[in-house]
Amino acid sequence: MFGDDVNTDEIIPAQYLNTTDRSELARHCMEGIRKGFSEHTQRGDIIVAGKNFGCGSSREHAPIAIATCGISCVIAKSFARIFFRNSINIGLPIIESPEAAGKIRQGDHLAIDTGKGLIRNITRKESYAIEKYPPFMLKIITSGGLMGYTKKRKR
Amino acid sequence: MRYTITEKILLRHTREREIHPGKFVNAAVDLCLGNDITAPFAIEEFEKLNAKKVFDRRKVVLVPDHFTPSKDLKSANQAKRLADFAARYGIVNYFEVGRAGIEHVLLPELGLVLPGDLVIGADSHTCTYGALGAFSTGVGSTDLARAMATGECWFKVPESMKFVYHGRLKKWVGGKDLILHTIRDIGVDGALYKAMEFCGEIIERLPMDDRFAMANMAIEAGGKSGIFQPDALTLRFIKEIRTRPRKRIGQFLKSDPGSVYSQVREYDVSKLEPQVALPHLPSNVVPVGKAKSISIDQVVIGSCTNGRISDLRLAAKILKNKKVKSSTRLIVIPGTQKVYLQAVEEGLAKVFVEAGGVFLTPTCGPCLGGHCGILAEGERALATTNRNFVGRMGHLKSEVYLSNPAVAAASAVKGRIAHPDEVV
Repeated sequence: MFGDDVNTDEIIPAQYLNTTDRSELARHCMEGIRKGFSEHTQRGDIIVAGKNFGCGSSREHAPIAIATCGISCVIAKSFARIFFRNSINIGLPIIESPEAAGKIRQGDHLAIDTGKGLIRNITRKESYAIEKYPPFMLKIITSGGLMGYTKKRKR
Repeated sequence: MRYTITEKILLRHTREREIHPGKFVNAAVDLCLGNDITAPFAIEEFEKLNAKKVFDRRKVVLVPDHFTPSKDLKSANQAKRLADFAARYGIVNYFEVGRAGIEHVLLPELGLVLPGDLVIGADSHTCTYGALGAFSTGVGSTDLARAMATGECWFKVPESMKFVYHGRLKKWVGGKDLILHTIRDIGVDGALYKAMEFCGEIIERLPMDDRFAMANMAIEAGGKSGIFQPDALTLRFIKEIRTRPRKRIGQFLKSDPGSVYSQVREYDVSKLEPQVALPHLPSNVVPVGKAKSISIDQVVIGSCTNGRISDLRLAAKILKNKKVKSSTRLIVIPGTQKVYLQAVEEGLAKVFVEAGGVFLTPTCGPCLGGHCGILAEGERALATTNRNFVGRMGHLKSEVYLSNPAVAAASAVKGRIAHPDEVV
C-alpha cells in the first residue's frame, strides 16, 4: 500500500538509471520511498496506491522494475499518464479504481478479472467494479505489449 | 467542428476525419527523441523488431545529456549505445558531447521543432516545445522504439484546459513564477491527461524563453502537454535560427473561437511575487517573502526549464560585483554549447566565476541527482530546475527548493532564500 503522488524518482532513483539490467532495476524498486521493498515481494503481489501514481519522469525503468520484482498488477486511485502508457506498453496490468484503492487494506487477497471488469476482495468478501480497457488498449495488452502490437500491424 | 490548437495538430497527423477528446488515434510524428537514459531500452526494443532501418534518418533525434560527459563506466556504456546506434542507422540528428546540450534547450535552438509539429520524446519534459505552438509530449522507451521503426505513436486525444493571465508582471517575475503559481493552484495532478493552453495579454508579451519554462513544467501539473498559440514572437524566434534544417516556418495554428475546454482558469497576476516551491512537490509554492529564513547550501542555475541565455543574463545581472556567500555553492549550467559560448562572449561566465561560482559544461547533471552537484544528507538546494521530489538531487534526506534564476542568484549571495531586491 502506498499513498498519493508516488513519483518515479521514488520508484527507481536516478542513480540506478545507468543500466538496462532488469534484475538490477528490480532490486532497487521503490528504494526512494521504502528501502528493502523488493526483498519482500513475491510473484502475484499487487501494489495499491493513492492518486497520481508514477508522476514525474518518463523512465520506463519504473514499471519495468515493478514488473520484474514480481508485482502482477498496480491498482491506484489515478495514474500519471506517462507511467500509465508505459505500463500498458510493456504489458503490466494497471487498474484505475478510486473505490478499490480506497477499500483494499494491506494483506488482502484479491482476484482480478479485467475481462469482466471486476476485482474480488477475497479477504473482505467485497467486490469492486472496474472499467474495462478500451478496445484500442486491449489490442495492445492482448498482443503482449506495444511491440507485439507493432509486429502484428506490420504483417 | 471547432477545434483547439492541440486537436488541430493531432488531427492533421492522423488519417481520421474528425477527432474528439478521449478518442484513441495513431498519429504520424514529425520527430522522436531519446536520451542516454531512455534510448538504451528503446534501442533494445527496436532491435527485437528486426527493422532494417529507422522510419526517417532525419526525424530520430538522440541526445546523450543526462549523465554526460559520462560520469561513470555504466553511463559511458549507455551513451556509447546511442553513438553506435546512430552510426549503424545513419541517424542525422545524433548530438555528441561538445555539439550537444540539454535536449529541450537544444532542439528549438536548432530549429528541429516548428509550430504545428507533432513531437514525442522519451523524456517527460518533451512538453517544452509547446512554447513554439507544437504538440509535444513525453512518452516511454517502448513508444520511442515503435516511433523509430514506424514513425507512429498512439494517443488518447486530450481534453484542453485554458489558462488566461491578466495584468502586468512585476519586476523579477517571469514564466517560471507563472507556472509555479499555476501548479500551486491546480496541484500536481490538476491537469492530468490534459493539454494546458496558455493565453491572455501577459502571455502575448511573454518572451520565448519564459514560454519554454512554462511549457516545460506542464508535466509537473500532470499535463500531457503545454501549448502557446504561435505569434509574432514565435516567428521572430524561428527566423533568427540560422542553422534551421527546414526552410519552412511551420504551421501557425490557433484555437477556434468557441472550441471546448474542460476548464478555464483566469489569473490576475499583477501582484504576483517571485514564487518558491518548497519540498517535496512543485505545487508546494509560496511567495519568496515567506521562504526568506531558509538557509541554502547549494544554488543550481540551469536545466531544461531555466538554462537559456536570458536566464543566465538575469542571474549575472544580480551576481555582478557580488560574492557567493561563503557557506553556499553556486553551480551554473548553460543549456547548450551555443548558450555556453554566448555566456562567455557576453562576460556572464566571468561574472559567475568571479562571484565564486562554477560554470559547467551543458548537462542535466544535478537536476535529477545524476552528477555535478549531488546533495549530501541534510543539505538544501535552491534550483531553477523543475522537480523537488524526495531525494531528487541526492540524499533522501536532502531538500530541493525551486525558483526563477533571479531569486536563485540573489539567494546564492545571501546564503539563504532571498528576493532579488535585497541584493540589487
